[in-house]
Amino acid sequence: MELLTKQKNVKAVGVEIDEKAVHDTVEKGLSVFHGDIDSGLSDYRDKSFDYVILNQSIQQVSHVEKVLEDALRVGKKVIIGVPNFAYYKSRFQLGVLGRTPITSNLPYQWYETPNVRSLTLSDFTGLCKKHGVKVLKKIFIGENKRVPFLPNLFAETGIFLISR
Amino acid sequence: MDNVKTKYFTFAGSPDKFVLESGEILRDVTLAYETYGELNAERSNAILILHAFTGDAHAAGYHEGDKKPGWWDDMIGSGKAFDTDNYFVICSNVIGGCSGSTGPSSINKATGKPYGLDFPFITIGDMVNAQKALIDELGIDKLLSVAGGSMGGMQALSWLVKYPDRIRSAIPIATSAKHSPQQIAFHEVGRQSIMSDPNWNGGDYYGSEGPDKGLAIARMIGHITYMSDVSMEEKFGRAQKEGKLPSKFDARFEVENYLRYRGDSFVKRFDANSYLYLTKAMDFYDASSGEPLDTALHGAKAKVLVIAFKSDWLYPAYHSKEIVKACKRAGVDVSYCEIESTYGHDAFLLEAVEEAHLISHFLAKAAKNKEHK
Repeated sequence: MELLTKQKNVKAVGVEIDEKAVHDTVEKGLSVFHGDIDSGLSDYRDKSFDYVILNQSIQQVSHVEKVLEDALRVGKKVIIGVPNFAYYKSRFQLGVLGRTPITSNLPYQWYETPNVRSLTLSDFTGLCKKHGVKVLKKIFIGENKRVPFLPNLFAETGIFLISR
Repeated sequence: MDNVKTKYFTFAGSPDKFVLESGEILRDVTLAYETYGELNAERSNAILILHAFTGDAHAAGYHEGDKKPGWWDDMIGSGKAFDTDNYFVICSNVIGGCSGSTGPSSINKATGKPYGLDFPFITIGDMVNAQKALIDELGIDKLLSVAGGSMGGMQALSWLVKYPDRIRSAIPIATSAKHSPQQIAFHEVGRQSIMSDPNWNGGDYYGSEGPDKGLAIARMIGHITYMSDVSMEEKFGRAQKEGKLPSKFDARFEVENYLRYRGDSFVKRFDANSYLYLTKAMDFYDASSGEPLDTALHGAKAKVLVIAFKSDWLYPAYHSKEIVKACKRAGVDVSYCEIESTYGHDAFLLEAVEEAHLISHFLAKAAKNKEHK
């Protein structure tokens, strides 16, 4: 957010649930709303923003469909980063070792994870389809490199540009 | 800051007049105010501090001979949130009050006696209009910021709605765009306590013994609403005074003693009629006068920082969030933080570290915006 503001000169607002992080954001001279994403978006008018960025947060949201709808309503476009729980290393840990997966991208023990949803990249595109959401662009990232094929197996993260 | 002195500004002397929002007229209006730091050459570094209900112009530093500093000394001074090395900080007492500004205990020139209940109704907007006269007098076109908690937050909001072009930022803290029935109810109990004291005498008690008992009880109720369940538990628990009491119902618990002490010391510094007028001003305040708040805020260019406190049940965080919501809908650049605190409503005076961190950086950003223009 700081980079976007400084380098691209955009007008940006953050939504942050953690009080310490709110202080850090204000310290950087940025605008921020202290609250969860469920309540952080709904107050805005339609198309208030060119882009809404949901970076690795959808798996921590209570009301996924409402947040997605709100993001698509208040933003003309939405950039969303989605973790892939079907990454091949995760599959190995769950399917072969029989343990809840821990990867560099999803580094939490089951008893301390802030994630409340375990979704895969295919799950996410399925949800987009269900809601009639257009996927304008997508890129898939493995451990620090682009993944050209079988993303639901080989990508740790998917980044989607979507709109209504 | 030693030897701080309160100054006085009197305006609307005849034939001029100060027209109140009610349409009534006041003349020879005096505002008590203090300033800290220096106004820069461009006159662009002035910040107006707005005090809460029973506050006064003495926000920081020490009056000669005083042991206690002003009410927001933790926040105002060299190197503090409102840094007097960088900013010119002004704090003015409100009209309707009793700490040097024109109010019901002031002498009515027409009769040569204190106004009492002849004093007209005062609104939050009237307080702000009077402050604007002071800012004009000081030759300040645009304030860097207006900031205050509780009733001070209402004034900050009022500045934002009434004079959006005269401020570059606003910091409403632990406040509300309009009072809830619960807030009005607590005020009404306080007012009834004063008016049922026989010494109140229809507001005509100057020169004789005032409604001290009624005013003290009103203040006791106020103090309960300013604290939280947790802060009272931590401060008093069930601690009791040892020994034999003179009568059965004397204060045994620490919390009883504290409230009685606070009530009794309050009557020495506050006027009962001012209590009535100012609580009514708060109860009637509606930042947007009935229309949606975001409509009233539309077009405001000022940056806004809204602060609330978790344990504040008198001005709960959802009141602050309503203000934030209106800013978002109006396209006003707003930041919001709900500070973790157990102090209840008093937190805005006590949680200086967290508040100072947010405010100092917010102000630095607001000041920088100017330089780029």
